[in-house]
Amino acid sequence: MPDTIEAATAAQSFPGERPVTPEVVREHNLNELEYERITSMLGRVPTLTELGVFSALWSEHCSYKHSKPVLKRFPTEGPQVVQGPGENAGVLRLPDGWAVAFKVESHNHPSAVEPYQGAATGVGGILRDVFTMGARPVAVLNSLRFGPLEIPRNRYLFRGVVRGVGDYGNCVGIPTLGGEVGFAEGYTGNPLVNAMCVGLLREDDLIRAKAEGVGNVLLVVGARTGRDGIHGASFASEELSEKSEARRPQVQVGDPFTEKLLLEASLELITSGMIVAIQDMGAAGLTSSSAEMAARGGVGVEIDTSLVPTREEGMTPYEILLSESQERMLVVAEPARVGAIKAICEKWELTATSIGHITDDGIFRVKHDGVTVAAIPGRRLVEDCPIYEPEARESDEVRARREASLPASAAPLDAREALERLLDAPNIASKRWVFEQYDSTVQAATVLGPGGDAGVIMVPGAEFGLAVTLDCNARLLALDPFEGGKAAVAEAARNIACTGARPLGITDCLNFGNPEKPEVFFQFREACRGIAEACVAFETPVTGGNVSFYNESPTGAVYPTPTIGMVGLLEQVDQRVPSHFVEPGDRIFVAGTTRGALGGSAYWAELYDFVGGAPAQVDLAAERALQDFLVAAARERLLRSAHDCSEGGLAVALAEAAIGGPYAERPLGAAVNLDGHADAVAEAGLLFGEDGARAVISCRPVQAERLVRLAERCGVPLHPAGAVRPAEAGLSIARGGDTITWDPATLRRIHDDAIPRRMRADAEQT
Amino acid sequence: MQRVAVIRFPGSNCDEDTLRAATRVGADAYYVWHRETDLKGADVVLIPGGFSYGDYLRAGAIARFSPAMTAVARHAAEGGAVLGICNGFQILCEAQLLPGALLRNSRLTFVSRPVLVTVENTGTVFTSGYRRGEQLRLPVAHGDGRYVADAETIARLEGEGLVVLRYVRAEDANPNGSMNDIAGITNPEGNIVAIMPHPERAADPALGSEDGARFFTSMAAWNPRAPVTHTADTR
Repeated sequence: MPDTIEAATAAQSFPGERPVTPEVVREHNLNELEYERITSMLGRVPTLTELGVFSALWSEHCSYKHSKPVLKRFPTEGPQVVQGPGENAGVLRLPDGWAVAFKVESHNHPSAVEPYQGAATGVGGILRDVFTMGARPVAVLNSLRFGPLEIPRNRYLFRGVVRGVGDYGNCVGIPTLGGEVGFAEGYTGNPLVNAMCVGLLREDDLIRAKAEGVGNVLLVVGARTGRDGIHGASFASEELSEKSEARRPQVQVGDPFTEKLLLEASLELITSGMIVAIQDMGAAGLTSSSAEMAARGGVGVEIDTSLVPTREEGMTPYEILLSESQERMLVVAEPARVGAIKAICEKWELTATSIGHITDDGIFRVKHDGVTVAAIPGRRLVEDCPIYEPEARESDEVRARREASLPASAAPLDAREALERLLDAPNIASKRWVFEQYDSTVQAATVLGPGGDAGVIMVPGAEFGLAVTLDCNARLLALDPFEGGKAAVAEAARNIACTGARPLGITDCLNFGNPEKPEVFFQFREACRGIAEACVAFETPVTGGNVSFYNESPTGAVYPTPTIGMVGLLEQVDQRVPSHFVEPGDRIFVAGTTRGALGGSAYWAELYDFVGGAPAQVDLAAERALQDFLVAAARERLLRSAHDCSEGGLAVALAEAAIGGPYAERPLGAAVNLDGHADAVAEAGLLFGEDGARAVISCRPVQAERLVRLAERCGVPLHPAGAVRPAEAGLSIARGGDTITWDPATLRRIHDDAIPRRMRADAEQT
Repeated sequence: MQRVAVIRFPGSNCDEDTLRAATRVGADAYYVWHRETDLKGADVVLIPGGFSYGDYLRAGAIARFSPAMTAVARHAAEGGAVLGICNGFQILCEAQLLPGALLRNSRLTFVSRPVLVTVENTGTVFTSGYRRGEQLRLPVAHGDGRYVADAETIARLEGEGLVVLRYVRAEDANPNGSMNDIAGITNPEGNIVAIMPHPERAADPALGSEDGARFFTSMAAWNPRAPVTHTADTR
């Protein structure tokens, strides 16, 4: 072992490599400060291979250099937390020795240039994050954002992304349980593709990605390494432009069949106890997986890239280190176990190849054909990236929009027509066109599938169930990131609680524009502050997630979109409560208080094309009380249905509850009277206002009294609103002597056909 | 106790669900890996859904050449029972144990949703517990489920009553464009059955439907040494 740092970090250029010039440094997205830090760390000019390594690990995607100080403020602890942020996925404790591993991640930029593969590999990556923890994936969810469907390219992206998500998850055999799809101008040119995976494990089987044991061997398991995806992490860390199209070859190509084999092999390796650590070779491939595992274990690592099985001849160490070829894992194991590991991999028709070992000198060292092409102090490589806390300033434009109100000249709308038009808005309409392309019942454990408030699965052999959701109303954040951040967590928690489950914890995917712009960083900081406050109030710690900055195209930044993935626990799976009315005669209640907040509402946005006004202030105590009430009511089996009141307000919530689930045999009607509920609020605010902490619930008549008493104990205002009726009786809402009646079958048709109708604008593509 | 082999290809993804459904009715169910040739004394073979070998070429096209499928063909020829579900249907057609083929859905997209089907043949090992004409609600989840065959084959299937399940004729009920709304077929002996819907996903009350359960209870009631009895046929 060399006794000086200079000797330990001696490295030479790989033959034929370009010299490192200021231009080459710029091409690698490293600024002057960062480059200076590299040269002083090494005491010399880096080789091109080293520059590539730094470029990847110091990209925003890997280093969180603009977000770390903000993320530190998230609550991450609680009795249910088994593993908080910093691992491949967060892990929460469940009953009977079970645990849930879950994480959400973005694949926005690849999907913007190559929607099918971009989305497919996004799913692949998040599955690997979960099964490397030793968990078997049991559900995926996704949150997608596109520009309006009137624009052909947006339809192309939408179609491609949905197909990519579906083909990958379907083939691996993981049910898609839900998610959300939204459309707004700001996403034209920069769609968002966030995928979440939820896995189950025995808490005892948990494995962490921490390299340990000097002399232990590093093995690559799975697919061969090709030239695809080189610099994907850096690509994810810049704004999209006309030049982005040229990045298309950098988008990785997915192979779900190999993923399935990798899943089975990894789980067998983990439960067999043969391995020390395992990590997905995701963003920045071999570089980040090896460097991060070594840094966690406080050890060095030496890799010989000439041993890595490649798809193509003549790949350089630079390319091998930075390739993001999919379906690869890096495994650390004791040398004596290598034979047995290879045998397990072979059974699953995969190869496992030894490519290096753990060292005691703390250096990240790469050799190729005997030449040392990189030698970097490992911990500093991972941890010494400069951290920025950029200037934050709210944009005047956003403030002005928040302070604006609907122009007085706007013509009043007939409430009857307004509801029909809202149900026809793709943001609110049925997403059946999307989720019918996803297998939602594989694994035979789906208790509540897509199309409701949250998905619910059972666990074979256990009594409890798991509820999962992924939510964000970005329009609220665009107007007020702090309140919007709180609202995103509150909506996720309401969705979970509506099924009867108790919210347990979250993962977040923070999609924002360029953080170097003060108005974007302000949104980011405030949104995170809101998320943190809500998580404290709900006792739902943050267990990890993903930051996606630079979501900007030449037309501007996306809405601030921090999607919140939440899991919840149903003590008894048969306590699950559906979203939709069940039986004529059941009593309907509106839970919560309506104040008529139209700021940022779908009503103004969809019907007046006006995104403005101040969104409702989130009352965290009222939200918590509602959650506790819903969970207690489900436990006492008092609820027939519960549906969260969010986009489109009370009228949309009532309509959706009546329309029924996506495959309900028939819609139902309802006779609702709102006299005595928010009498001071004008009609538009009453029907379409988006105050939080509300839900539309129904119960059997004989249980109404108990439900009312329970609500009193929980401090939740309950308005007896009427009763469920057969569809023929219509859906009617009465107030102050006026009654508006809709035909549920017509509403259902509008709701169902809104997206297919727009997609029919194209001839079906193959 | 029935010995039930669940064939496991590398890309099978309904293998566990299928095994669980068989175990629930008291069968002695176990996996047989695609490279194995020994079915270990199976009375019944279940070929589960999934993507056998990735199925990038054509669903089931490579699986038919696997060692396990050679054993399955022999097992079927000797009168053993075989049920193919979804990908299992595709494989049985590719292996020519049943006629016809399954092509890309007519709408060209994967389709996952519940469908209504009618039971039309209760004389098979797997449907003896149903009533003829009974309607079931079962999930489908496939990209290649459009059943096609030449006119002669279709006429024979219809003439000999070999259609086991048929999508109910209603607006939007046929999810894939199958000829004659065919959702499942059998051989004339009734020991080989293949269906696109997934009965194993509708065999537990917690999942909201038990309409698929009788595929497995019928199987469990079958005596391999006696002809199929129509336990619930009310004709």
